[in-house]
Amino acid sequence: MGGLIAIYRKELGDYFSSYRFVILFALIAMVSFITSYIAAISLRESIAQDAMRGRFLFLMLFSTEGARFSMIQFVAFFGPLIGLFLGFDAINRERAHGTLVKMVSQPIYRDAVINGKFLAGVTVITVMIVAIVLVISGFGLTLLGVVPEVEEILRIAVYVVISIFYISFWLGVSILFSILFRSTATSALASVAAWILLSFVIFFGASAVANAVAPVDQRGGGDMETLMRNVQITETVSLFSPMVLYTNSTATIVDPKVKTTKSFILQGPWEQILSTRFQNPLSLSQSLVVVIPHLISLVAITFICFAVSYTVFMVQEIKM
Amino acid sequence: MTEKQSIIKTFGITKRYGRQRAVDSLSFEVREGEIFGFLGPNGAGKSTTLLMLLGLTRPTEGSALVCGLDPQRKAMEVKRMVGYLPENVGYYGDMDALQTLEFIADLNGMTKKEAGDKIREALHTVGLGENGRKKVSAYSRGMKQRLGIAEVLIKDPKLLILDEPTLGLDPDGAIRLIGLIQSLNEERGITVLLSSHHLEQVQKVSHRVGIMIRGKMMAEGSIDTLAREKFGVGGKEYTLEEIYMKYFQED
Repeated sequence: MGGLIAIYRKELGDYFSSYRFVILFALIAMVSFITSYIAAISLRESIAQDAMRGRFLFLMLFSTEGARFSMIQFVAFFGPLIGLFLGFDAINRERAHGTLVKMVSQPIYRDAVINGKFLAGVTVITVMIVAIVLVISGFGLTLLGVVPEVEEILRIAVYVVISIFYISFWLGVSILFSILFRSTATSALASVAAWILLSFVIFFGASAVANAVAPVDQRGGGDMETLMRNVQITETVSLFSPMVLYTNSTATIVDPKVKTTKSFILQGPWEQILSTRFQNPLSLSQSLVVVIPHLISLVAITFICFAVSYTVFMVQEIKM
Repeated sequence: MTEKQSIIKTFGITKRYGRQRAVDSLSFEVREGEIFGFLGPNGAGKSTTLLMLLGLTRPTEGSALVCGLDPQRKAMEVKRMVGYLPENVGYYGDMDALQTLEFIADLNGMTKKEAGDKIREALHTVGLGENGRKKVSAYSRGMKQRLGIAEVLIKDPKLLILDEPTLGLDPDGAIRLIGLIQSLNEERGITVLLSSHHLEQVQKVSHRVGIMIRGKMMAEGSIDTLAREKFGVGGKEYTLEEIYMKYFQED
């Protein structure tokens, strides 16, 4: 236990005093400032036009598209980079500098090293996300002049927790690569490659698979059944992307009007009627029910990723 | 003179990487209170042997006793009593010597107060008392190795395992480091297992030496004994270098 705390403390100190953290934080703070500012301005205009006199104005700060993207989309796209930047050289830098052997030759258990590093990374992620959300909220309070309801605060809290898990998954991925590869450049490259693959390329893959299994005539026509199968396969394959898990679940959590993550064509007739007829928002618990499979998957892949890193690290020879 | 107790004893310890035998059923002992010179060419398996003694690498076969404990089962206890300075030891360049030692003390579970006294004492012992606030990246190689010794002294070790501490040092630095090691042995009674290529220095301070070539211990004993074995004459006539080369060429 003592070793874990010592390493956690040192890692945390390293993170907060590193240029890496300052640059990352400055970048993210800047983007979230701009995004929420533009979102708030456009929201203010809508209120003035009396177009949307509804509740949950505060949540819209996070889900309204400001300059091309909303806050949620921004975290979905670039949150992984935070995780990757924090972890890509966690183990192999220590190895290259000859500090790893020295550390484990002290009376600590070997897993204290990886646990301490992961926990410190998660702490940094938490600090970043919470800080950003607070900044946006404060901004929103002054610009919109609305006070968030209790439910809105709860929803944002859930959103923060999901985001921490999502980014921690990528932290786990980069730590895994830092164990597998000796060179920090290689592990950085591999991490970014995994990010591009799971966040962007997978969509091409999904539609390729769907079109191979259930070809759809592009000029329209073709039967309904094939079209539905095509969409279904596309969505299923896309679920392998943590980004899809994240965007689907956060979209539902932050926007109470979202009632399903399925696309319209896959909904049953009753679901379609209900969602077009009734515009009333879901309660938080019902929103959670909608996305609970997504949330469980997201938490599971985060833990699996860390477990793999842990196992590889424990059985690996300490000397290269 | 009574026979001294052994502090390290290995029983046919073997490490295989795939087909290659890095360490080949090695048996040797280090006795309490002595400086044991651990010699051999690069790649003979010395570093691997030392890692196995600390429980950092699992032997394929055989076992060892360090301070009376099996390092595979009681790694924590062994690491608490044994100070290990790895080959090419590294530092966090942005820390100064005090921060470096504070981190090591933290890993050893010391309280702040305990650590403060120990750190001051250790820095003084290795002659870095004035450089405590200097960043380690600005240290010379010799100073870094001294800091390495300070790191292992913090936990009041019974046994020091030093892997090539003189590697890359200039003659003056090497002589001073070996002198420091000798004074630790004489004044505090710390047993030292010293792996080094500076044969002349090793000869001066070692009570006994072991020569390891290609995973096997080719010879073990006092320099006098080894000389008698190889040349039939007493040790004073031959330097350790001549004895070492003889073993090396015969292999």
